[in-house]
Amino acid sequence: MSQLKNFFATRWGIIAVGAFIGAFAPLLQEWGNPGNMGICVACFERDIAGAIGIHRAAVVQYMRPEIIGFVLGSLIAAYLFKEFRPRTGSAPIVRFVLGAFAMIGALVFLGCPWRALLRFAGGDGNAIFGLLGLIFGIWIGTRFFKSGYNLGRADKTYTSVGWLLPLIMLGFFILMLIFPPIQGEAKNGILFYSAKGPGSMHAPLIVSLLVGLAIGFLAQRSRFCTMGSFRDLILFRQTHLFSGLLAFAVVAFLANLMLGQFHPGFVNQPVAHTMSLWNFGGMVLAGLAFALAGGCPGRQLFMAGEGDGDAAIFVLGMIVGAGFSHNFGLASSSKGVGPYGVVAVIIGLLVCLFIGFTMRKK
Amino acid sequence: MNTTVDARGFSCPQPVLMTLDEITKVDTGEIVVLVDTDTSKENVSRAATSKGWQVKDVQEEGEGYRITISKD
Repeated sequence: MSQLKNFFATRWGIIAVGAFIGAFAPLLQEWGNPGNMGICVACFERDIAGAIGIHRAAVVQYMRPEIIGFVLGSLIAAYLFKEFRPRTGSAPIVRFVLGAFAMIGALVFLGCPWRALLRFAGGDGNAIFGLLGLIFGIWIGTRFFKSGYNLGRADKTYTSVGWLLPLIMLGFFILMLIFPPIQGEAKNGILFYSAKGPGSMHAPLIVSLLVGLAIGFLAQRSRFCTMGSFRDLILFRQTHLFSGLLAFAVVAFLANLMLGQFHPGFVNQPVAHTMSLWNFGGMVLAGLAFALAGGCPGRQLFMAGEGDGDAAIFVLGMIVGAGFSHNFGLASSSKGVGPYGVVAVIIGLLVCLFIGFTMRKK
Repeated sequence: MNTTVDARGFSCPQPVLMTLDEITKVDTGEIVVLVDTDTSKENVSRAATSKGWQVKDVQEEGEGYRITISKD
Protein backbone atom coordinates (compact mmCIF):
# COMPACT_ATOMS: atom_id res chain seq x y z
CA MET A 1 0.00 0.00 0.00
CA SER A 2 2.91 2.35 0.61
CA GLN A 3 3.78 2.32 -3.07
CA LEU A 4 0.26 3.41 -3.93
CA LYS A 5 0.49 6.05 -1.24
CA ASN A 6 3.55 7.54 -2.88
CA PHE A 7 2.03 7.42 -6.34
CA PHE A 8 -0.83 9.84 -5.64
CA ALA A 9 1.53 12.37 -4.10
CA THR A 10 3.58 12.43 -7.32
CA ARG A 11 2.97 14.60 -10.33
CA TRP A 12 1.56 11.68 -12.32
CA GLY A 13 -0.64 10.85 -9.37
CA ILE A 14 -2.31 14.24 -9.27
CA ILE A 15 -2.57 14.29 -13.07
CA ALA A 16 -4.29 10.91 -13.02
CA VAL A 17 -6.79 12.09 -10.41
CA GLY A 18 -7.46 15.34 -12.31
CA ALA A 19 -8.04 13.31 -15.48
CA PHE A 20 -10.36 10.91 -13.63
CA ILE A 21 -12.57 13.74 -12.36
CA GLY A 22 -12.35 15.44 -15.77
CA ALA A 23 -13.68 12.29 -17.44
CA PHE A 24 -16.45 11.47 -14.98
CA ALA A 25 -17.91 14.99 -14.68
CA PRO A 26 -19.03 15.12 -18.35
CA LEU A 27 -20.15 11.50 -18.05
CA LEU A 28 -22.38 12.38 -15.09
CA GLN A 29 -23.89 15.07 -17.28
CA GLU A 30 -24.45 12.48 -20.00
CA TRP A 31 -26.09 10.25 -17.37
CA GLY A 32 -28.50 12.95 -16.25
CA ASN A 33 -26.85 15.80 -14.33
CA PRO A 34 -27.51 19.41 -15.53
CA GLY A 35 -25.62 21.08 -18.39
CA ASN A 36 -21.94 21.82 -17.72
CA MET A 37 -22.74 20.70 -14.19
CA GLY A 38 -21.60 17.10 -14.13
CA ILE A 39 -20.12 18.08 -10.79
CA CYS A 40 -20.43 21.44 -9.07
CA VAL A 41 -19.68 21.44 -5.38
CA ALA A 42 -21.32 24.81 -4.73
CA CYS A 43 -24.44 24.07 -6.82
CA PHE A 44 -24.80 20.60 -5.34
CA GLU A 45 -24.48 21.83 -1.75
CA ARG A 46 -27.06 24.46 -2.69
CA ASP A 47 -29.32 21.66 -3.97
CA ILE A 48 -28.85 19.83 -0.67
CA ALA A 49 -29.80 23.03 1.20
CA GLY A 50 -32.94 23.02 -0.97
CA ALA A 51 -33.65 19.34 -0.34
CA ILE A 52 -33.81 19.95 3.41
CA GLY A 53 -35.81 23.15 2.95
CA ILE A 54 -33.23 25.74 4.05
CA HIS A 55 -34.32 27.57 0.92
CA ARG A 56 -37.47 27.05 -1.13
CA ALA A 57 -36.22 27.75 -4.65
CA ALA A 58 -38.27 25.00 -6.27
CA VAL A 59 -35.92 24.40 -9.21
CA VAL A 60 -32.78 23.62 -7.18
CA GLN A 61 -33.72 21.02 -4.60
CA TYR A 62 -32.09 17.58 -4.64
CA MET A 63 -30.07 15.57 -2.16
CA ARG A 64 -26.95 15.22 -4.32
CA PRO A 65 -25.29 11.86 -3.63
CA GLU A 66 -22.03 13.10 -5.18
CA ILE A 67 -21.42 15.40 -2.19
CA ILE A 68 -22.22 12.60 0.26
CA GLY A 69 -19.79 10.35 -1.66
CA PHE A 70 -17.02 12.97 -1.58
CA VAL A 71 -17.04 13.10 2.22
CA LEU A 72 -17.48 9.36 2.79
CA GLY A 73 -14.95 8.39 0.08
CA SER A 74 -12.39 10.66 1.70
CA LEU A 75 -13.20 9.19 5.12
CA ILE A 76 -12.61 5.66 3.80
CA ALA A 77 -9.30 6.63 2.20
CA ALA A 78 -8.17 8.47 5.32
CA TYR A 79 -8.85 5.41 7.47
CA LEU A 80 -7.29 2.92 5.02
CA PHE A 81 -4.09 4.95 4.85
CA LYS A 82 -4.07 5.95 8.53
CA GLU A 83 -4.48 9.62 7.78
CA PHE A 84 -7.68 10.24 9.73
CA ARG A 85 -6.71 13.05 12.10
CA PRO A 86 -9.54 14.61 14.09
CA ARG A 87 -8.69 18.28 14.61
CA THR A 88 -10.50 21.56 15.09
CA GLY A 89 -10.25 24.94 16.76
CA SER A 90 -8.67 27.11 14.07
CA ALA A 91 -11.13 30.03 14.12
CA PRO A 92 -14.28 27.99 13.37
CA ILE A 93 -16.65 30.99 13.26
CA VAL A 94 -14.44 32.67 10.65
CA ARG A 95 -14.57 29.53 8.54
CA PHE A 96 -18.36 29.49 8.78
CA VAL A 97 -18.60 33.11 7.59
CA LEU A 98 -16.07 32.49 4.79
CA GLY A 99 -18.07 29.44 3.71
CA ALA A 100 -21.31 31.41 3.60
CA PHE A 101 -19.83 34.25 1.53
CA ALA A 102 -17.94 31.81 -0.72
CA MET A 103 -21.31 30.26 -1.56
CA ILE A 104 -22.94 33.67 -2.10
CA GLY A 105 -20.15 34.64 -4.52
CA ALA A 106 -20.20 31.30 -6.32
CA LEU A 107 -23.98 31.52 -6.83
CA VAL A 108 -23.66 34.99 -8.37
CA PHE A 109 -21.37 33.42 -10.97
CA LEU A 110 -23.31 30.14 -10.90
CA GLY A 111 -20.63 27.63 -10.11
CA CYS A 112 -17.72 26.59 -7.93
CA PRO A 113 -14.18 26.51 -9.41
CA TRP A 114 -14.82 22.95 -10.65
CA ARG A 115 -17.89 24.09 -12.54
CA ALA A 116 -16.09 27.19 -13.83
CA LEU A 117 -13.64 24.82 -15.50
CA LEU A 118 -16.41 22.48 -16.66
CA ARG A 119 -18.36 25.41 -18.14
CA PHE A 120 -15.21 26.52 -19.95
CA ALA A 121 -14.57 22.96 -21.12
CA GLY A 122 -18.16 22.85 -22.41
CA GLY A 123 -17.68 25.99 -24.50
CA ASP A 124 -19.34 28.53 -22.16
CA GLY A 125 -17.36 31.74 -22.78
CA ASN A 126 -18.86 33.42 -19.69
CA ALA A 127 -16.77 31.04 -17.60
CA ILE A 128 -13.64 32.94 -18.70
CA PHE A 129 -14.75 35.92 -16.59
CA GLY A 130 -15.49 33.62 -13.68
CA LEU A 131 -12.07 32.00 -13.92
CA LEU A 132 -10.35 35.39 -14.13
CA GLY A 133 -12.30 36.50 -11.07
CA LEU A 134 -11.33 33.32 -9.25
CA ILE A 135 -7.65 33.86 -10.00
CA PHE A 136 -7.84 37.52 -8.95
CA GLY A 137 -9.60 36.61 -5.69
CA ILE A 138 -6.95 33.99 -4.91
CA TRP A 139 -4.23 36.52 -5.76
CA ILE A 140 -5.66 38.92 -3.15
CA GLY A 141 -5.60 35.99 -0.72
CA THR A 142 -1.91 35.35 -1.39
CA ARG A 143 -1.14 39.01 -0.56
CA PHE A 144 -2.69 38.42 2.86
CA PHE A 145 -0.67 35.23 3.32
CA LYS A 146 2.49 37.16 2.49
CA SER A 147 1.66 39.73 5.14
CA GLY A 148 1.17 37.16 7.90
CA TYR A 149 -2.52 36.25 7.66
CA ASN A 150 -3.46 32.94 9.22
CA LEU A 151 -6.36 31.52 11.19
CA GLY A 152 -4.23 30.00 13.92
CA ARG A 153 -3.48 26.43 14.90
CA ALA A 154 -5.98 23.61 15.04
CA ASP A 155 -5.80 21.18 17.95
CA LYS A 156 -6.12 17.43 18.02
CA THR A 157 -9.52 16.44 19.31
CA TYR A 158 -11.87 13.50 19.90
CA THR A 159 -12.31 11.05 17.05
CA SER A 160 -16.06 11.65 17.15
CA VAL A 161 -15.55 15.33 16.26
CA GLY A 162 -14.04 14.26 12.96
CA TRP A 163 -16.92 11.85 12.44
CA LEU A 164 -19.72 14.42 12.72
CA LEU A 165 -19.83 15.72 9.15
CA PRO A 166 -19.44 12.20 7.66
CA LEU A 167 -22.31 11.11 9.95
CA ILE A 168 -24.45 14.05 8.83
CA MET A 169 -23.79 13.00 5.23
CA LEU A 170 -24.65 9.41 6.06
CA GLY A 171 -27.84 10.67 7.69
CA PHE A 172 -28.70 12.62 4.54
CA PHE A 173 -28.19 9.46 2.50
CA ILE A 174 -30.43 7.41 4.78
CA LEU A 175 -33.11 10.12 4.52
CA MET A 176 -32.84 9.84 0.77
CA LEU A 177 -33.39 6.08 0.94
CA ILE A 178 -36.40 6.51 3.23
CA PHE A 179 -37.85 9.34 1.11
CA PRO A 180 -36.63 8.74 -2.46
CA PRO A 181 -37.57 11.12 -5.27
CA ILE A 182 -40.93 10.43 -6.92
CA GLN A 183 -41.16 11.43 -10.59
CA GLY A 184 -42.98 14.76 -10.91
CA GLU A 185 -43.53 15.18 -7.15
CA ALA A 186 -42.08 18.23 -5.34
CA LYS A 187 -41.80 16.46 -2.01
CA ASN A 188 -41.56 13.03 -0.46
CA GLY A 189 -41.92 12.96 3.31
CA ILE A 190 -39.61 15.64 4.68
CA LEU A 191 -37.35 15.98 1.63
CA PHE A 192 -37.92 18.50 -1.16
CA TYR A 193 -37.30 17.49 -4.76
CA SER A 194 -37.38 19.72 -7.85
CA ALA A 195 -40.04 18.62 -10.31
CA LYS A 196 -38.40 20.77 -13.01
CA GLY A 197 -35.22 22.80 -13.51
CA PRO A 198 -31.60 21.84 -12.73
CA GLY A 199 -32.63 20.18 -9.45
CA SER A 200 -34.74 17.68 -11.37
CA MET A 201 -31.81 16.65 -13.54
CA HIS A 202 -29.67 13.99 -12.01
CA ALA A 203 -27.82 10.79 -12.79
CA PRO A 204 -29.18 7.59 -11.17
CA LEU A 205 -28.64 7.67 -7.40
CA ILE A 206 -26.27 4.71 -7.25
CA VAL A 207 -24.13 6.03 -10.13
CA SER A 208 -23.84 9.48 -8.51
CA LEU A 209 -22.91 7.90 -5.19
CA LEU A 210 -20.29 5.54 -6.62
CA VAL A 211 -18.61 8.26 -8.68
CA GLY A 212 -18.72 10.53 -5.64
CA LEU A 213 -17.11 7.87 -3.45
CA ALA A 214 -14.38 7.20 -6.03
CA ILE A 215 -13.59 10.89 -6.42
CA GLY A 216 -13.62 11.41 -2.65
CA PHE A 217 -11.21 8.51 -2.21
CA LEU A 218 -8.80 9.63 -4.96
CA ALA A 219 -8.92 13.32 -4.06
CA GLN A 220 -8.11 12.55 -0.43
CA ARG A 221 -5.05 10.62 -1.56
CA SER A 222 -3.86 13.25 -4.04
CA ARG A 223 -4.96 16.47 -2.19
CA PHE A 224 -6.59 17.68 -5.43
CA CYS A 225 -7.54 21.36 -4.94
CA THR A 226 -8.50 23.94 -7.56
CA MET A 227 -7.91 26.96 -5.30
CA GLY A 228 -4.58 25.51 -4.15
CA SER A 229 -3.56 25.05 -7.79
CA PHE A 230 -3.64 28.78 -8.45
CA ARG A 231 -2.49 29.73 -4.95
CA ASP A 232 0.65 27.59 -5.09
CA LEU A 233 1.39 28.83 -8.58
CA ILE A 234 1.12 32.48 -7.49
CA LEU A 235 2.64 32.11 -4.04
CA PHE A 236 5.42 29.55 -4.61
CA ARG A 237 5.65 29.17 -8.41
CA GLN A 238 4.77 25.52 -7.78
CA THR A 239 2.97 23.62 -10.52
CA HIS A 240 2.21 20.39 -8.66
CA LEU A 241 -1.51 20.92 -7.93
CA PHE A 242 -1.89 22.98 -11.09
CA SER A 243 -0.94 20.00 -13.25
CA GLY A 244 -3.93 18.17 -11.75
CA LEU A 245 -6.23 21.08 -12.55
CA LEU A 246 -4.90 21.24 -16.11
CA ALA A 247 -5.50 17.49 -16.59
CA PHE A 248 -9.03 17.98 -15.23
CA ALA A 249 -9.81 20.76 -17.73
CA VAL A 250 -8.20 19.11 -20.77
CA VAL A 251 -9.84 15.72 -20.21
CA ALA A 252 -13.22 17.38 -19.51
CA PHE A 253 -12.88 19.27 -22.81
CA LEU A 254 -12.04 16.10 -24.75
CA ALA A 255 -14.84 14.17 -23.05
CA ASN A 256 -17.32 16.94 -23.91
CA LEU A 257 -16.18 16.80 -27.54
CA MET A 258 -16.66 13.04 -27.66
CA LEU A 259 -20.05 13.18 -25.93
CA GLY A 260 -21.31 16.01 -28.14
CA GLN A 261 -21.52 18.35 -25.13
CA PHE A 262 -19.20 21.07 -26.45
CA HIS A 263 -21.20 24.13 -27.56
CA PRO A 264 -19.01 27.24 -27.87
CA GLY A 265 -20.62 30.63 -27.29
CA PHE A 266 -21.81 33.13 -24.69
CA VAL A 267 -25.60 33.19 -24.94
CA ASN A 268 -28.05 30.46 -23.98
CA GLN A 269 -25.44 28.47 -22.10
CA PRO A 270 -26.93 26.05 -19.57
CA VAL A 271 -27.44 27.49 -16.06
CA ALA A 272 -25.41 30.62 -16.86
CA HIS A 273 -25.88 34.35 -17.45
CA THR A 274 -23.95 36.83 -19.57
CA MET A 275 -23.32 39.66 -17.08
CA SER A 276 -19.55 39.49 -17.36
CA LEU A 277 -18.72 41.96 -14.62
CA TRP A 278 -20.66 39.95 -12.04
CA ASN A 279 -19.45 36.62 -13.36
CA PHE A 280 -16.05 38.10 -12.54
CA GLY A 281 -17.08 39.82 -9.29
CA GLY A 282 -18.89 36.80 -7.84
CA MET A 283 -15.82 34.65 -8.32
CA VAL A 284 -13.45 37.28 -6.89
CA LEU A 285 -15.44 36.95 -3.68
CA ALA A 286 -15.54 33.14 -3.85
CA GLY A 287 -11.83 32.87 -4.74
CA LEU A 288 -10.80 35.16 -1.90
CA ALA A 289 -12.99 33.29 0.61
CA PHE A 290 -11.61 29.90 -0.53
CA ALA A 291 -8.05 31.22 -0.29
CA LEU A 292 -8.55 32.64 3.20
CA ALA A 293 -10.12 29.34 4.31
CA GLY A 294 -7.37 27.20 2.74
CA GLY A 295 -9.25 25.17 0.16
CA CYS A 296 -11.75 25.07 -2.68
CA PRO A 297 -15.19 23.70 -1.78
CA GLY A 298 -14.26 20.23 -3.01
CA ARG A 299 -11.09 20.18 -0.93
CA GLN A 300 -13.04 21.34 2.14
CA LEU A 301 -15.28 18.25 1.77
CA PHE A 302 -12.25 15.97 1.44
CA MET A 303 -10.55 17.55 4.47
CA ALA A 304 -13.77 17.21 6.45
CA GLY A 305 -13.73 13.52 5.53
CA GLU A 306 -10.25 13.10 7.01
CA GLY A 307 -11.30 14.60 10.33
CA ASP A 308 -10.84 18.35 9.88
CA GLY A 309 -13.65 19.88 11.93
CA ASP A 310 -12.84 23.39 10.69
CA ALA A 311 -13.32 22.32 7.08
CA ALA A 312 -16.62 20.76 8.17
CA ILE A 313 -17.70 24.13 9.57
CA PHE A 314 -16.81 25.74 6.23
CA VAL A 315 -19.04 23.19 4.47
CA LEU A 316 -21.94 23.96 6.82
CA GLY A 317 -21.29 27.67 6.21
CA MET A 318 -21.65 27.05 2.48
CA ILE A 319 -24.93 25.17 2.92
CA VAL A 320 -26.35 27.93 5.12
CA GLY A 321 -24.96 30.53 2.69
CA ALA A 322 -26.99 28.85 -0.06
CA GLY A 323 -30.06 29.45 2.09
CA PHE A 324 -29.26 33.16 2.33
CA SER A 325 -28.52 33.27 -1.40
CA HIS A 326 -31.92 32.03 -2.45
CA ASN A 327 -34.03 33.44 0.39
CA PHE A 328 -32.60 36.95 -0.06
CA GLY A 329 -32.56 37.02 -3.86
CA LEU A 330 -28.75 37.02 -4.08
CA ALA A 331 -28.31 34.05 -6.41
CA SER A 332 -28.23 34.57 -10.16
CA SER A 333 -30.37 32.79 -12.71
CA SER A 334 -30.08 32.48 -16.48
CA LYS A 335 -31.71 35.95 -16.64
CA GLY A 336 -28.83 37.56 -14.73
CA VAL A 337 -27.86 38.43 -11.17
CA GLY A 338 -30.51 38.41 -8.44
CA PRO A 339 -31.99 41.71 -7.16
CA TYR A 340 -29.56 41.91 -4.22
CA GLY A 341 -26.66 39.89 -5.65
CA VAL A 342 -24.39 42.85 -6.37
CA VAL A 343 -24.81 44.33 -2.88
CA ALA A 344 -24.11 40.93 -1.34
CA VAL A 345 -20.87 40.54 -3.33
CA ILE A 346 -19.67 43.96 -2.18
CA ILE A 347 -20.53 43.22 1.46
CA GLY A 348 -18.84 39.83 1.15
CA LEU A 349 -15.66 41.39 -0.23
CA LEU A 350 -15.61 43.90 2.63
CA VAL A 351 -16.04 41.10 5.18
CA CYS A 352 -13.21 39.09 3.57
CA LEU A 353 -10.93 42.14 3.57
CA PHE A 354 -11.80 42.75 7.23
CA ILE A 355 -10.85 39.14 8.02
CA GLY A 356 -7.69 39.33 5.93
CA PHE A 357 -6.45 42.60 7.40
CA THR A 358 -7.27 41.92 11.03
CA MET A 359 -6.08 38.32 11.34
CA ARG A 360 -2.40 38.75 10.71
CA LYS A 361 0.49 37.79 12.94
CA LYS A 362 4.02 39.05 12.61
CA MET B 1 23.02 24.40 14.97
CA ASN B 2 19.53 23.12 14.20
CA THR B 3 16.63 25.48 13.79
CA THR B 4 13.17 24.12 14.34
CA VAL B 5 10.00 25.23 12.60
CA ASP B 6 6.90 24.14 14.49
CA ALA B 7 4.10 24.11 11.94
CA ARG B 8 1.88 21.67 13.81
CA GLY B 9 -1.78 22.60 13.75
CA PHE B 10 -1.42 24.88 10.76
CA SER B 11 -3.04 23.99 7.47
CA CYS B 12 -2.03 24.84 3.92
CA PRO B 13 -0.17 26.96 2.96
CA GLN B 14 1.23 27.97 6.39
CA PRO B 15 3.71 25.09 6.91
CA VAL B 16 5.26 25.72 3.50
CA LEU B 17 5.40 29.49 4.06
CA MET B 18 7.04 29.00 7.46
CA THR B 19 9.58 26.58 6.01
CA LEU B 20 10.43 28.85 3.09
CA ASP B 21 10.81 31.82 5.48
CA GLU B 22 13.35 29.83 7.48
CA ILE B 23 15.14 28.69 4.33
CA THR B 24 15.59 32.31 3.23
CA LYS B 25 16.84 33.24 6.69
CA VAL B 26 19.49 30.56 7.17
CA ASP B 27 20.47 29.95 3.52
CA THR B 28 22.36 26.73 4.32
CA GLY B 29 22.52 24.17 7.12
CA GLU B 30 19.86 22.01 8.66
CA ILE B 31 16.23 22.76 9.53
CA VAL B 32 13.80 20.58 11.43
CA VAL B 33 10.15 21.05 10.51
CA LEU B 34 7.37 19.65 12.68
CA VAL B 35 4.03 19.02 10.98
CA ASP B 36 0.92 17.08 11.94
CA THR B 37 -0.66 15.99 8.66
CA ASP B 38 0.52 13.90 5.72
CA THR B 39 -0.48 16.71 3.37
CA SER B 40 1.83 19.14 5.16
CA LYS B 41 4.61 16.53 5.17
CA GLU B 42 4.37 16.16 1.39
CA ASN B 43 4.03 19.90 0.77
CA VAL B 44 6.98 20.85 2.96
CA SER B 45 9.18 18.14 1.40
CA ARG B 46 8.20 19.22 -2.10
CA ALA B 47 8.82 22.91 -1.39
CA ALA B 48 12.21 22.24 0.22
CA THR B 49 13.32 20.08 -2.71
CA SER B 50 12.26 22.77 -5.17
CA LYS B 51 14.53 25.25 -3.34
CA GLY B 52 17.52 22.95 -3.71
CA TRP B 53 17.30 21.54 -0.19
CA GLN B 54 17.49 17.84 0.59
CA VAL B 55 14.98 15.93 2.67
CA LYS B 56 17.39 14.06 4.93
CA ASP B 57 14.99 12.35 7.24
CA VAL B 58 11.29 11.98 7.97
CA GLN B 59 10.29 10.45 11.26
CA GLU B 60 6.93 9.87 12.84
CA GLU B 61 6.74 11.82 16.05
CA GLY B 62 3.71 11.90 18.29
CA GLU B 63 0.71 12.64 16.12
CA GLY B 64 2.79 13.98 13.24
CA TYR B 65 6.17 14.05 11.57
CA ARG B 66 9.62 15.46 12.17
CA ILE B 67 11.15 16.40 8.84
CA THR B 68 14.84 17.21 8.63
CA ILE B 69 15.93 19.15 5.58
CA SER B 70 19.45 20.30 4.80
CA LYS B 71 21.59 22.17 2.34
CA ASP B 72 25.40 22.39 2.31
